[in-house]
Amino acid sequence: MSDLMKVSSNPHVRSKVTTSSIMLAVVVALLPAAGFGIYNFGLDALILIVVTVAATVFTEYAYEKLMGKKVTIGDYSAVVTGLLLALNLPSSAPWWIGAVGGVFAILVVKMLFGGLGQNFMNPALAARCFLLISFTSIMTNFDCDTYTGATPLAALKSGEGVNILDMVIGRTSGTIGETSMIAIVIGASFLVLLGVIDLRIPGSYIISFVIFICLFGGHGLDTAYISAHLAGGGLMLGAFFMATDYVTRPITKNGQYVFGILLGILTGIFRIFGPSAEGVSYAIIIGNLLVPLIEKATLPVAFGTKGGKRA
Amino acid sequence: MSNNGSYDSRSGSSMERLYNGLVKENPTFVLMLGMCPTLAVTTSAMNGLGMGLTTMVVLALSNMIISLLRNIVPDKVRIPAFIVVIASFVTMVELLLEGFIPALYDALGLYIPLIVVNCIILGRAEAYASKNPVIPSLFDGIGMGLGFSFALTCIGAVRELIGAGEIFGFHIMPDAYVPCAIFIMAPGAFFVLAALTAIQNKIRINGEKKGRDMSKIQSGCNEDCMNCQDKGCSHRFYGASDGAKEKEAGKQTVKREDKALKADGRERE
Repeated sequence: MSDLMKVSSNPHVRSKVTTSSIMLAVVVALLPAAGFGIYNFGLDALILIVVTVAATVFTEYAYEKLMGKKVTIGDYSAVVTGLLLALNLPSSAPWWIGAVGGVFAILVVKMLFGGLGQNFMNPALAARCFLLISFTSIMTNFDCDTYTGATPLAALKSGEGVNILDMVIGRTSGTIGETSMIAIVIGASFLVLLGVIDLRIPGSYIISFVIFICLFGGHGLDTAYISAHLAGGGLMLGAFFMATDYVTRPITKNGQYVFGILLGILTGIFRIFGPSAEGVSYAIIIGNLLVPLIEKATLPVAFGTKGGKRA
Repeated sequence: MSNNGSYDSRSGSSMERLYNGLVKENPTFVLMLGMCPTLAVTTSAMNGLGMGLTTMVVLALSNMIISLLRNIVPDKVRIPAFIVVIASFVTMVELLLEGFIPALYDALGLYIPLIVVNCIILGRAEAYASKNPVIPSLFDGIGMGLGFSFALTCIGAVRELIGAGEIFGFHIMPDAYVPCAIFIMAPGAFFVLAALTAIQNKIRINGEKKGRDMSKIQSGCNEDCMNCQDKGCSHRFYGASDGAKEKEAGKQTVKREDKALKADGRERE
């Protein structure tokens, strides 16, 4: 009888989805890209990935231990940050680049702002930009055992021809995880099928980027040029894995479309008018900063209130 | 006057003024004033020190002159009067720097004329020099200037060490060290300022835990207890919770005290 009398506070029905299950799904989805990166760039890439992930996880653990907070490395969010950051590094980078980036991502961008859910920009991307500004020559040197010379995007920018099949498969130089469009799309479709991410942000991001390239790229509706821009650089990795970060994307549905379109335009501006060939990371970071504004502007009308008037 | 003694302890001796500016009310780490030069010119320890000392000279001299003029300048036009005094000294210092230390003049560039609108200088003129006798005002300026120089040199040294591997131009780091260039760019200034302020706050909080009262800001009392942040001040006449009667009584006390202060100031001169 006593069981029947038990009264508990809501919620009474709980979803099985937890932070750690979502983060684990993202880690699994990143494995094809990471695996291809290791296959493509060899042992250097593996070492860099291991060091970066270890740095992020250890930083989170050490900070929370020192500050007497609950240790949250079990939610895998630090692993996701470390993995994403490593996939954004060139394989020729020395191991300490991964360590410095990992510590910066977790300590400065995530923990000092209050931990998971409080960071105002994507930690992995912020760390990448930090490294890019601090150690420009290391971060833009894509020479390794397998490849020398410019990345496909840099070649494209200087007007050289590129092999699109190689770019789709990933047999090009670049950062560890960005080269293979196929591997990224496999991981991303896994996430979409699981319902972890939806296509609002990646879709509007990629479509608006293509439109921007058509209008201002100087090549018109040149399919080869457009597909080279889509397959090259970090666009796919950024659109599916970093722009969709739960913490730093807008909550509102309309806001997510606005966010995606904004990212597409910014990436186009950086790639075509900017001095460097790539601009995905800066575009997403600037987009992250505008998220509160976007959310405020796209606040849905409360049910029952008169149309147009916001409650 | 009964309150002369307490007034003296608040305005302080010369040494107390220096300590106040360097530590207790450090303009950069505690008052958070003068952020523009703090962030902009501290790319190296030398630049930080140069900027700090230049500001100190202007601060000390303008504090002195403004303190001399404090009973002559009408209240309504005091800000323009302060600016004129400060701008004159800045022009002098600028010409002297250009003539004698051209390297520093080139390094600091636009930020020298901008000392005119440095909030520390105007802040000390308004909060301290215009209400206090000459000698304490002079030392207040020197103390604040030293605190500013100290802070800027610290920030500059840390930024130079991480961003270029040097301090005052001397190589410190081993050759294998790769300079982290972001620290001599604008973002690095914010990182270093935040970190140093955090360390400073940590020390202060630890000191308070041990029972030392380190939060009390005693100087710069402008008798405006209504808007004063110093809740623990023994001269506080009325608080937000006090009744209107006490308020009225308090106001009168303030007026009386104000007269006493002025009289005291004249005696000192």
